[in-house]
Amino acid sequence: MILRLIVLALAAFLTVPTAIVIAVSFNPGAILSFPPAGFSLRWYVNVLTYPQFQRAALNSVLVTAWAVALALPIGTLAALALERARLRGRNLWAAALLSPLVVPGVAAGLGFLILAASLGLLRSRSVLIAAHVALVLPFVVRSVWVSVRNLDPALERAAASLGATPWRTFRRVTLPLLRPGLFAGALFAVVVSVNEFVVSLFISNRVTEILPVAMFSYVVNYTDPTIAALSTLFILATFLVVWAADRYLGLGRVFLQH
Amino acid sequence: MARPVVELEGCTKDFGGVRAVDALDLAIFEGEFLSLLGPSGCGKTTTLNLIAGFVEPTAGRILIDGEDVTSRSAHLRGLGVVFQSYALFPHLSVFENVAFGLRERRVPAAEIRRRVGDALELVRLDRLGRQRPAELSGGMQQRVALARALVYRPRVVLLDEPLAALDKKLREGMREELRAIQRSVGITTVFVTHDQAEALGLSDRIAVMSHGRIEQLGAPREIYERPASRFVADFIGASTVLRGRALGRDLVALAPGLTIRVAAGEALRVGEEVEIAIRPERVRLASGPGEGAAEARVEGLIYQGSMTEVTARLADGQRVLVFVTEPAPMPLAPGQLVHLQLPPDAFMVLA
Repeated sequence: MILRLIVLALAAFLTVPTAIVIAVSFNPGAILSFPPAGFSLRWYVNVLTYPQFQRAALNSVLVTAWAVALALPIGTLAALALERARLRGRNLWAAALLSPLVVPGVAAGLGFLILAASLGLLRSRSVLIAAHVALVLPFVVRSVWVSVRNLDPALERAAASLGATPWRTFRRVTLPLLRPGLFAGALFAVVVSVNEFVVSLFISNRVTEILPVAMFSYVVNYTDPTIAALSTLFILATFLVVWAADRYLGLGRVFLQH
Repeated sequence: MARPVVELEGCTKDFGGVRAVDALDLAIFEGEFLSLLGPSGCGKTTTLNLIAGFVEPTAGRILIDGEDVTSRSAHLRGLGVVFQSYALFPHLSVFENVAFGLRERRVPAAEIRRRVGDALELVRLDRLGRQRPAELSGGMQQRVALARALVYRPRVVLLDEPLAALDKKLREGMREELRAIQRSVGITTVFVTHDQAEALGLSDRIAVMSHGRIEQLGAPREIYERPASRFVADFIGASTVLRGRALGRDLVALAPGLTIRVAAGEALRVGEEVEIAIRPERVRLASGPGEGAAEARVEGLIYQGSMTEVTARLADGQRVLVFVTEPAPMPLAPGQLVHLQLPPDAFMVLA
């Protein structure tokens, strides 16, 4: 009974803020007040027609797509190297690859900012993409690494004995068997990249900024429920991605397998 | 047996500081079934991996059909391998698993269909082509692995403890089937096992290995009846090893007053310490003292149905193992005094 109450309280604690944001997004008035005084979709219209949000949304899609597309092959090779290559100080390499998980965003952002400034790349989107690759890489490496560990080395030997070149063995045996890890890694990467804020704030400008940064700028200047509406859309999108992944790619099985 | 298909010349393999295979010489002939037999860690699997090309020897040469393949990678050697874990590709159907080697060889699709069909028929799995390996029993997976390794007609097929993962009943069935398939295909086979019954039952020749070397190489009967060393005598079948001193060219004294006649191939050197071995099934219980009989006291009895395993201690303290087949000639009990008939021609003199 006590346990049930604790679970209930925890669930409420975790979901109530989200519920409040969703409720506020339908408020007809131009203030962020709760409970909402009525029901209106005007802030949703505002979200979809505000030019800076449109530009930022496009930036988000571009940055995330590039970051994931780059992080997947890099992370896969890194995971293979960590497991297979007889690396000296393997734990140190692993720690370096996973370090973005523990480095504060402000520190990382400052680092990227100074690096970008010294390279004269501050106006370019490439720095943003590079930073996102670094930030999502730990997630890709982690999940692919698990798949690499589950891979029976005898399978690759078997492929070789059957006449497959190393490249053909990788294409026909290794890669297909790493697929669960790749899917899970890609999913994490998308969610992390789309929601990334602190580091991106340091290294983007009005032209290159992604959605979370644009949202922050908006909140600084205006206090109407537009931002609640956008947050609601964001939550919905993230939820849909995770749900679809679970439904069609068997995310649950991927995790259970670990 | 014609010419050697596979030859190992002075092959050595070190892993770190450990010598897994030690200056091994071995020739495997056309069409023969050769077993590498030994306890775990004796180097038999490393020897197989050397032939397959999965590891490169630290020293020595490997030849296939007279051609030096020492540094040729595995995918260019054209051999078939069946792994202990089967190593079937879990993401491919049974059909695609078997077809793998043919696809790598760019065999036309129609021929792939025909040859995979034939191979699956050979191992009696022709209806299961669409299944995934995980949906099959262990014995079936084993047969898929065999079909996959045979379908492209390799020069040699290497089997790494292929029966070890099966339960006892299935293992015995698969053993017969394996031999029948090997005979019908006529393929040169190297079989790695730690199970002496498998090796004795399947092989044309057995190489008994220990510490990276071949202790003895010969036909199963030769290995069993004329073990070249104490290790082989111990490892293959049960045997009793007795120490003594040669009194004459065919006489061994175990203790004063306890002499045994031995029909050795070559004469013993008088005065030399010798080890002689006898199989427990060759020892008989005699009704009383007599020529070639030694007195012993029964120590232990293990009833095993078709026979009883009897441990008896000779006057000098050395133990002899005796298999008494049913029906036993007399009732036996621990502590009882018996006479053991030790036929001279049953003794093996160990080097």
